[in-house]
Amino acid sequence: MIRELALLDVYYLVLAVRWTIALTLLALAGGSLIGLLVAAGGASHHLLPRLLALGYVGLVQGIPLLAWLFIFYFGLSIVGYDLPPLIAATVGFSVYAGAFLGEIWRGALIAIPRTQWEAGTAIGLTYIEQLRHVIIPQAVRIAIPPTVGFLVQLIKNTSLAAVIGFVELTREGQMTTAATFQPFAVYLLVAALYFSLCYPLTRYSRVLEGRRRGVR
Amino acid sequence: MAYTFRFRDVLAQQDAILDGLIVTIELSAVTITVGFVFGTLVAIVLLYGRPWARAIARSYVEVIRNTPLIVQLFLIFFGLPAIGIKLDVMTASLLALSINLTAYTAEIVRAGFESIPKSQIEAGISLGLTGPQIFRHVVLLPALKNVYPSLSSQFVLLMLATSVVSQISAADLFHAGSIIQSRTFRDFEVYTVISVLYLCLTLLMRGGFRLCYMLMFRR
Repeated sequence: MIRELALLDVYYLVLAVRWTIALTLLALAGGSLIGLLVAAGGASHHLLPRLLALGYVGLVQGIPLLAWLFIFYFGLSIVGYDLPPLIAATVGFSVYAGAFLGEIWRGALIAIPRTQWEAGTAIGLTYIEQLRHVIIPQAVRIAIPPTVGFLVQLIKNTSLAAVIGFVELTREGQMTTAATFQPFAVYLLVAALYFSLCYPLTRYSRVLEGRRRGVR
Repeated sequence: MAYTFRFRDVLAQQDAILDGLIVTIELSAVTITVGFVFGTLVAIVLLYGRPWARAIARSYVEVIRNTPLIVQLFLIFFGLPAIGIKLDVMTASLLALSINLTAYTAEIVRAGFESIPKSQIEAGISLGLTGPQIFRHVVLLPALKNVYPSLSSQFVLLMLATSVVSQISAADLFHAGSIIQSRTFRDFEVYTVISVLYLCLTLLMRGGFRLCYMLMFRR
């Protein structure tokens, strides 16, 4: 039945933002775990972990995110788990985020000059202590602006979870459109909601970037 | 695991796959061309335009870069007819993809322009080059060389992102996948085959861009 676009619809759309944020945070958590491994492997001095990290990033970044979502949504159900869309989406987005975060963090790690490591050795720090007190504090400062930038990508891309039936902002928009038949107003509102999530982060990432340049 | 993989059923649909592949390549090629040309123009406005033009260009870039492509696509395909502008699937897809890529390209090319030191332009002036000559030889070409890596990876990402147009049933490679899926019920196999094809396209594009770089910028 077609009905008018009411204030209640707007309210439900705003509420659906919760699920967009929840999915983003889940993907960020999963992606960080994978990303750490990829970064550590990619910055390693040994060939095998470097190749593995390179292969992982190349594979993930060479296939559309949409395809990853479908592969996990259908693939994991073949193995016998009948997964709710939230789990399939979390796995899919974590795999995707892991590759991009891994690349960002690997770049930050290898941007630290070798002399910093050597200085650590010279004052008698162990490998772990060098990482903990010398390398990571500097690498984090380099990595944070692009990581916040990627977070914006991640928020926007969670919209693709709509296609495997996970009800977040975009899916809620589709359902509202189906009920009210006011696609223009609804999608405009959906876009505005995404914008209000992403734009502050974009600005913040730019401020951080500027601050880092200023320090140097 | 009781599941037996059967790729044969999927591969038997090679005509549908090939048709989809061609549409994906066409979509990508047209979008990249349009996005590159208009993105460069928008970048010029962002830096050298009058204040009002700059403000418009800046808002355009920020709005597009901070909203999802699929929502932009839905707004154009489902939203515009509601206010009287009806577009067919391919036009809507090309429009949405081009509007999207133009914004990203503009931001990248602008960064490239800004990477050119002022002293280079002054050197151009003191050599007696005209304005357009300076823009072409001192600003544009070196700027494009500087941002070539980010620009080419943006284009690869765009090619992958064209898969989103399957959601408004444009007949691209990904849509071919869902058609074959409904014919054969081989979900997993279908999307594996489709993914491998996208991966091949990605590798081909990366190789092609590397080759272009060597041909264009090696002096």
